[in-house]
Amino acid sequence: MQALYAQLLVGLINGSFYALLSLGLAVIFGMLNIINFAHGALYMMGAFTAYFLLHLTGIGYWWALLIAPIVVGIFGMVLERTMLQWLAGLDHLYGLLLTFGIALIVQGVFQNYFGSSGLPYAIPDYPQIGEWRGLQGGMNLGFMFLPVYRGWVVIFSLVVCLATWFLIEKTRLGAYLRAATENPTLVRAFGINVPRMITLTYGLGVGLAALAGVLSAPINQVRPLMGADLIIVVFAVVVIGGMGSIMGSIITGFALGVIEGLTKYFYPEASNTVVFVLMVLVLLVKPTGLTGRAA
Amino acid sequence: MSALTDDSIPVTPRAMRDEMIVFAAMAVLLGLVPLTGIYPFFVMQALCFALLACAFNLLIGYGGLLSFGHAMFLGTAGYCSAHALKVWGVSPEIGIVVGIAGAAVLSVVTGFISIRRQGIYFSMITLALSQLLYFIYLQAPFTHGEDGIQGIPQGYLFGIFNLARPTVLYYVVLAGFLGGFLLIYRTINSPFGEVLKAIRENEPRAISLGYKTDQYKLLAFILSGTIAGFAGSLKVFVAQNASLTDVHWTMSGEIVLMTLVGGLGTIFGPVVGAFVIIAMQQYLAGFGQWVTVIQGVIFVACVLTFRRGVIGEIAHYFRRSL
Repeated sequence: MQALYAQLLVGLINGSFYALLSLGLAVIFGMLNIINFAHGALYMMGAFTAYFLLHLTGIGYWWALLIAPIVVGIFGMVLERTMLQWLAGLDHLYGLLLTFGIALIVQGVFQNYFGSSGLPYAIPDYPQIGEWRGLQGGMNLGFMFLPVYRGWVVIFSLVVCLATWFLIEKTRLGAYLRAATENPTLVRAFGINVPRMITLTYGLGVGLAALAGVLSAPINQVRPLMGADLIIVVFAVVVIGGMGSIMGSIITGFALGVIEGLTKYFYPEASNTVVFVLMVLVLLVKPTGLTGRAA
Repeated sequence: MSALTDDSIPVTPRAMRDEMIVFAAMAVLLGLVPLTGIYPFFVMQALCFALLACAFNLLIGYGGLLSFGHAMFLGTAGYCSAHALKVWGVSPEIGIVVGIAGAAVLSVVTGFISIRRQGIYFSMITLALSQLLYFIYLQAPFTHGEDGIQGIPQGYLFGIFNLARPTVLYYVVLAGFLGGFLLIYRTINSPFGEVLKAIRENEPRAISLGYKTDQYKLLAFILSGTIAGFAGSLKVFVAQNASLTDVHWTMSGEIVLMTLVGGLGTIFGPVVGAFVIIAMQQYLAGFGQWVTVIQGVIFVACVLTFRRGVIGEIAHYFRRSL
C-alpha cells in the first residue's frame, strides 16, 4: 500500500505540472490563437532561472518562486512583441511552427552550455521553525510517509491554478480578457488596449510555465530537455480536456496525473504511454474533448 | 481559416509543361550524380528525405493538414523492412513491400483517429500518436531498443541488381524517388487532388457541395503515410540500420522544416528543402548542438520573412506554379 500511495503522490505532482502548463496553453490559445510549442522550453528556463539565482547570486528558492516567473514572463513578452504579434491573421499553423523554432533555439543553446545531464537543486531548508527545516524532511501520516516538499508542490500548484481561474472568471480584468477572446475588435472600440492585453496574457501563460519549472527543479533536477518530452504529454492533456474551459484544464491535468501514477503502480510498462492511449480513447468516443468546444 | 498558400495559380497546360520540364531536368541531373564523384551516400539519403517531405507536403500543402508526427511512418516502415530483411531473410523487394504495408496499416489507424479533429488539434494529435509509438518501439523487443536493428543485408533486388554496389543502389533509390514523386504529382493534379485543394480553401463549402470531406482527408492521410513509409523502406538499404531516431519527434520537426524551407504547397519545394537541410547537417556536423539552434533559427526566419520558401518565392516571381 505504501508504494501505491507514493505513486499516487508522484501522479498528483505530475498532475500539478500538467495543470499549470495546460492552463497556460489554454489562456494563450484563447487570446493569441497560437499553440505555444515553446511552453516546454520556457518551463525549463524557469527551472534554470532558479538555478542561476541560487548559484550566481545566492538568492534562494522562495524568492525564485517569485522572480523566475517574472523574468521568464518578461522574456516571453519580448518574444510576443518581436515575433508572435506579426502572425496575427495568419493560419494557426504558423504560430505552431514559429514557437517550435523558438523551442529548438532555447533548448539547443542550453544544451550547448549544460549538456544533457541534470543539475541538482536542493530543497530549501529555511525558514526553520521548531522542528521544520523549510520544506525538507517529511511527516508520517499514519498510512504513508509524506515528503514535505512534495506535499507543498501539490497544494501550492492547486492554489495557483485556482487563483488563475478566479482571476480569469471572476475579476474585471478577466472579464476584459474573455471579452477580447470572443471579439477583440469590439473590445478595442470600448477603449481597451487589446494588443497590450495580448502581450500580458502571453506573459502570464509563460510565467505559469516558469513557475512549474521552479517547482519541479528540486524533484526532477534541472535539465535542458526537461520540458521537451513533457510538452508533448501536455498537448495530449489539452486534446483530452479541450481548451474551452479553465477549470476543465485544471481538473483534466490533475486527473491524468493521478491516472498516470496509478498506472505506474499497477502496470508500470504502460506508464509512459497511458496519457496518449487515453487521448486516443477520448477521440474515439467524444472527438471534441471532455470539456472543449468544437474546433 | 486563411489559406497557407496565398496565391494559388490555376493549373494550365502551360503550367503542366513547365513542371514536366523541371521534372525532366531534375531527373537528368540526379541521374548524372554518380559520374560527378559526389559522395553518393549523401545524395541517396537526401533523396529518401526528399520523398518523405513530398509525402508530408501532400498533406499540408494540398490538404491543409499539418502532421507533426510523420516520422512515425518513416520509422515504422524502416523497422518492418529491417526486421523482414534481417530476421526473416526475405529478398529486398519483399522487404520494401513489408515496410510499405506496415506504414499503410499505421496510417489507416492513426488517420482514423487524428482526422477527427482539425487545425491545430490535428497537429497535436499526430505528435502525441508518434510519441506513443516511440515509447512502444522503445520497449518492444524486436526493435532492440536503443541499439536499433543494425547490419541489415542489402541483397539482390529482383534477383538481379546487387544493392551492395553503391552505383546500383543509387539508381534504385533514384528510381524509387522519381516513381513516388510522379505518384504524388499525379494525385495532386487528379480530380481527387482538386477536391483536396477545395477542402483546404473552404471546408464548409466543400461539404455543402456534397463532398464527404472526412473521407477525402483520410484517403490523403493514408496516401501520404504510405509514401512516407516507402521512403523509410528505401532508407533502410541506404543506412543499413533502423533506429529510434527515425521515430523521434525531432525527426518529425525536420520533415516540417524541409518542406517549409522549400515551400509549402509547391511541387518541387520539398525536394529542394530536403537537400538544403541534409547538406546543412552534413557540413555542420562538427558543431554539435548548434545544428539544433540553427534549425530553430531557420524555422523562425522562414515563418517571419520567407513563408513561401525557396521554390515558392521563385514561382511567385515568375508567376508560375512549380
